[in-house]
Amino acid sequence: MGTKRHFRVWRGDSSGGEIQDFDVEVNEGEVVLDIIHRLQATQTPDLACRWNCKAGKCGSCSMEINGMPKLGCMTRMSTFEEDETVTITPLRTFPVIRDLVTDVSFNYEKARETPAFAPPEGVAPGQYRMQQVDVERSQEFRKCIECYLCQNTCHVVRDHEENKTAFSGPRFFIRAAELDMHPLDAREDRKEYAQAHQGLGYCNITKCCTEVCPEHIKITDNAIIPMKERVVDRRYDPLVWLGRKIFRRDQLDEPARVPATVSASASGGGSADSTPEVHTSGTPFTSARQGEAPPVRDDGKMDVAELALPHQGGPSPFGDDQEFPLPVEDLTYNPPSKEDPDSKEDH
Amino acid sequence: MTTRIERHHYDVVVIGAGGAGLRAAIEARLAGKRTAIISKSLFGKAHTVMAEGGAAAAMGNVNSRDNWMVHFRDTMRGGKFLNNFRMAELHAKEAPERIWELETYGALFDRTKDGKISQRNFGGHEYPRLAHVGDRTGLELIRTLQQKIVSLQQEDFAETGSYDSKIRVFAETTITELMLDGDRVAGAFGYYRETGEFLLLEAPAVVLATGGVGRSYKVTSNSWEYTGDGHALALRAGATLINMEFLQFHPTGMVWPPSVKGILVTESVRGDGGVLRNSEGKRFMFNYVPDVFRKQYADTEEEADRWYTDPDNNRRPPELLPRDEVARAINSEVKEGRGTKAGGVYLDVSTRMPAETITKRLPSMYHQFKELADVDITKEPMEVGPTCHYVMGGVEVDPDSAAAFGKVTGLFAAGEVSGGMHGSNRLGGNSLSDLLVFGKRAGEHAAAYVDALAKRPRVATSDVESAVDVALAPLNRQSGENPYTLQQDLQAVMGDLVGIIRRAGELTDAAKRLQELKQRVANVGATGGRKYNPGWHLALDLRNMLVVSECTAKAALEREESRGGHTREDFPAMSPDWRKVNLVCSVDKSGDVHLERKPLPKMREELITLFDRTELSKYLTDGEMVEFDALPGAGKTEAK
Repeated sequence: MGTKRHFRVWRGDSSGGEIQDFDVEVNEGEVVLDIIHRLQATQTPDLACRWNCKAGKCGSCSMEINGMPKLGCMTRMSTFEEDETVTITPLRTFPVIRDLVTDVSFNYEKARETPAFAPPEGVAPGQYRMQQVDVERSQEFRKCIECYLCQNTCHVVRDHEENKTAFSGPRFFIRAAELDMHPLDAREDRKEYAQAHQGLGYCNITKCCTEVCPEHIKITDNAIIPMKERVVDRRYDPLVWLGRKIFRRDQLDEPARVPATVSASASGGGSADSTPEVHTSGTPFTSARQGEAPPVRDDGKMDVAELALPHQGGPSPFGDDQEFPLPVEDLTYNPPSKEDPDSKEDH
Repeated sequence: MTTRIERHHYDVVVIGAGGAGLRAAIEARLAGKRTAIISKSLFGKAHTVMAEGGAAAAMGNVNSRDNWMVHFRDTMRGGKFLNNFRMAELHAKEAPERIWELETYGALFDRTKDGKISQRNFGGHEYPRLAHVGDRTGLELIRTLQQKIVSLQQEDFAETGSYDSKIRVFAETTITELMLDGDRVAGAFGYYRETGEFLLLEAPAVVLATGGVGRSYKVTSNSWEYTGDGHALALRAGATLINMEFLQFHPTGMVWPPSVKGILVTESVRGDGGVLRNSEGKRFMFNYVPDVFRKQYADTEEEADRWYTDPDNNRRPPELLPRDEVARAINSEVKEGRGTKAGGVYLDVSTRMPAETITKRLPSMYHQFKELADVDITKEPMEVGPTCHYVMGGVEVDPDSAAAFGKVTGLFAAGEVSGGMHGSNRLGGNSLSDLLVFGKRAGEHAAAYVDALAKRPRVATSDVESAVDVALAPLNRQSGENPYTLQQDLQAVMGDLVGIIRRAGELTDAAKRLQELKQRVANVGATGGRKYNPGWHLALDLRNMLVVSECTAKAALEREESRGGHTREDFPAMSPDWRKVNLVCSVDKSGDVHLERKPLPKMREELITLFDRTELSKYLTDGEMVEFDALPGAGKTEAK
C-alpha cells in the first residue's frame, strides 16, 4: 500500500495562520488533491479547500505547491521525490478566507467590467455563419477554465495590491482578445478598450501567465502581444501621428472606446480625448510600480527578440535564477494585507 | 450562539448555477423578475463543465435528413419508452432554437464547411446531431451562459448603477431548506459557505436546478456538489420524485490510477472511431447487441468500420449502443475474467486514427490521460469501466411549465434534478439540450407564476428558527460521528448493493442499512467553526444524500424488471406491463419515504405513429398494440 509522506499545509484565516506539518499516506497514482482529501477524512475535517471536478476542467483547486501556482488535481505525487516535503499554501495574490481558500472576487469584478459579446445586428439566431479556421483563434481562449492561476502569478498584481484597480489581468486580456478575434462580434474597439481601461499597458510580456496556464493557452504570444501590436500600430502610424499634430482633437477619427452598456463603469472622464493612455484619468495613480509601455522600435513594431527563449512559456515568474523546488525552510506564506500603507491614497 | 440572518427579497430564486439554473435565471430576468442565483461553488464552476461530447439538437446541419421527429424517436428508444413523451417532444422540437440562441450570447461551436454549427455522432443518435466544441462542450455552454448573465448585469448597471439590481449570483452558498406558506413556496434558507452566516431569500417562486445524486456512489464522475440537494428539498417541501431507480452508469470512466477512478472518458471517443476490446483483444460489443437494436447496428467489424465514412449505407458500430447496454457489456466482460488488471476494458483510438487527429478531436482526453494516468492515448489504449454518471429520476414536473407536482406550488425544476424526460436511460448529448430547453421553460413559467400571484406568501419565523437549529446541530455535536466516515459507508452501501446489477436480497439489505445510517446521520458531528468548514457542509449534505438513496433503493426493489439504468439479475427481462408504470416517491412528516405506482401518460396519436409496429411490439403490451392497430395513422410510417 501507500507510504507515509511529509506535508506542510498553511492553515489559518485573514487574522493570521501558520504552516502546519502532517504525515499522510500516499498511494500510487495519487495527486496532491487526493492527499488534501485524505487529510480532511482522517486528521483535519475542517481543512478548507475548493475543488469540484478533480479532472482539471473546472479550475477550482488552484493553490501554490512548493511555491508554484498549480491545480491540486493535476499535480501528481509522482512528480516529487520520494522523500520530498510538499508544502501547500494558498494563492498569494488574493486575500485569504480560510486555509487554502482565497477570496477571488477580484476576478469576478474584472469580468463584470469587461464588455460582453456584442451580437451582430440583423443576423437572426440560426443564421450565424463562421469558418472553422476563424473560430479556432477565439476557441483557444475559450478553453480557459478560470482557475485564475495566471491572475495569481502576474507580478503586476502579485504583491502589488495597488495595481488591482487599474489592471484586469491576463484572464481578461484573453477575454478581450477572444472577442476581438470573434468573427461576428460587433464591437471594434476591443484592443483600444483593453489598453485604455483594462491596463493592458501594465503587462511587460514576461510570460509568467503562459507558464502557469494548466490549459496551455498561449496567453502572451497569441492574445496579449497581438493586442498590443495593433494598438501600437495605430499609435505609431505616421499619418495618424501627423493627423494628431494638425487637427483639433474633436476632428480626429478615433474609434469610440467606451461601450454603451458599461460607460458608467469605465473610468469616468478619460474617454473623450485622444489616444488611449496607460493611465486614464480616474484610475488611481500608483507610485509603487509604473505602468510600462512595451518597448517599441522606430518602425512602430515591438521588439520580439525577447521571445526567443530556450523553453516554451518564457522565463519563470520568479526569475531565471530561481530553482524549484524552493528549499523547505524558505517557504512561507503571508496573507496579503488589505491595507497597504504605502499606496492607499487616491490621487 | 447568536444568529444573524441576512434577508433578501426576490421574485424568483434559482437554486443551482449549472446550465439549467443559469438558463432559467436568464429567462426570469428577461421576463423582468428580480432573480437570485444560488451557486454551491464559485460562479462558473458547475458540474456542467464535465459534459464533454455535445448538445443534441436536430438542426440537420450535417445530415439534412435529421429532424425533430427522428430525435424524438431516438430519445424514446434510448429511454426504453418510459420517457414522458411530452417532455421528449418539447425537447426535440425546441433544442435547435436553444442552441442557436447560444450563438447570440457569444458561443463558438465547431463549424461545418459551409460555416454552420458542426454536429457529431453519438451513442443512440441516428444522425450526427451533437453541437460541440472539441470535447469541452459543457465548458463552452457554462461560460456562454455565465457571460450572458454578466452582460445582463452590465445592462442593469447602465440603467440602475448596480450590477446586482436585477440578477444576483450568490456564490458558494448552500440552501438547506425551502420555506413554505401553507403549500406555497415562500422562500429558501441557507448559508454562505465562506462565513457560515445564514441567509433567507424570500421569494414566491423557486426553480430547482441542483443536478444529480452521484456523490452517494463510490465510483462516480460527479463532484462533491452532487448530493441530491434539490431532490431532497423538493421531497421535504411536499413535491414528488419519479423514476429514482434509474441511474446511468457511464460505460467509460477511468479505472486507473485509483485516485481518478470514475472520471469520465467522453463518449465522443467512441463516436469518433474508438473501439472497445477485452483483454483478449476482441471487439466484444458485437456479442451484446440486444434484439430491439439489431436492425440499427452492424454485425461485422467491416460494416462497422465502413459506417464512419459512409453512414447512409452501413449500420452503426455496436460501440455506439445506448450507454446502459455498453455499461452492462463491460461489466459482464470484466466479471467473466476478460477485463484488465485494474478491472476495466480497453478503449482504443491509437490504432484507429493518426495522432494529429486524436489530439485535435479529443484534446482534453489526450490531456487528461497524459496528466493523470501518464498514458499517451495516441500510442496506447485507455483503460475504462462503468462509473455512476447521471440520475434519470428526479422531481416529477409538468412537462410544459416545469412546475413540480405534489402538494406544493411555486416550485419548478429543470435539468438533471427533474425526472421523466429521459425515461429509463438518457442518451449522451441529451442532457445539455435538456437543461437549455427546460431551463428556459422553468424560468419563463416561474416568472409567469409570480405575475399571477395575488398575494406574496410569507415566511413564518418559526420555520426559520427550526431551519437554523437543524443547520447548527452538527456543530453543536463536536464529538458526533465523522461525516467523512458516514459518507464512505453510504457510498459502500449504494455502490455494492444498489449498483449496476441489482438483486432483491441485496436491495432489502440496502434498505435496512440505510435505516441504520439514518440513525447515525442524525448524530453526525462537525469539528471547527462556521467559517468555510467542509466537514460541517458535508454533515448537512448527508441528510439529503440519505433520503435520495432511500428513494433509489426502494424503487429499485419495487420494479421487478430490467430496463435502461435499472438491471435486476432476478428479473432480467423488460416487461411491457412495467413500462406503463412510474414509481413515485414522497416523504411524510417524519421523513419516511413512501412509494406509489402511477400510470405513465399515454402518447398522443401523431407521436406514437412515428414508430413502426415491429419496434413498438417489443415495448408495448398486447392490449396497447390492439389500441395502436386501431389508430388510423398506424403502420404508415416508414420503417427505420
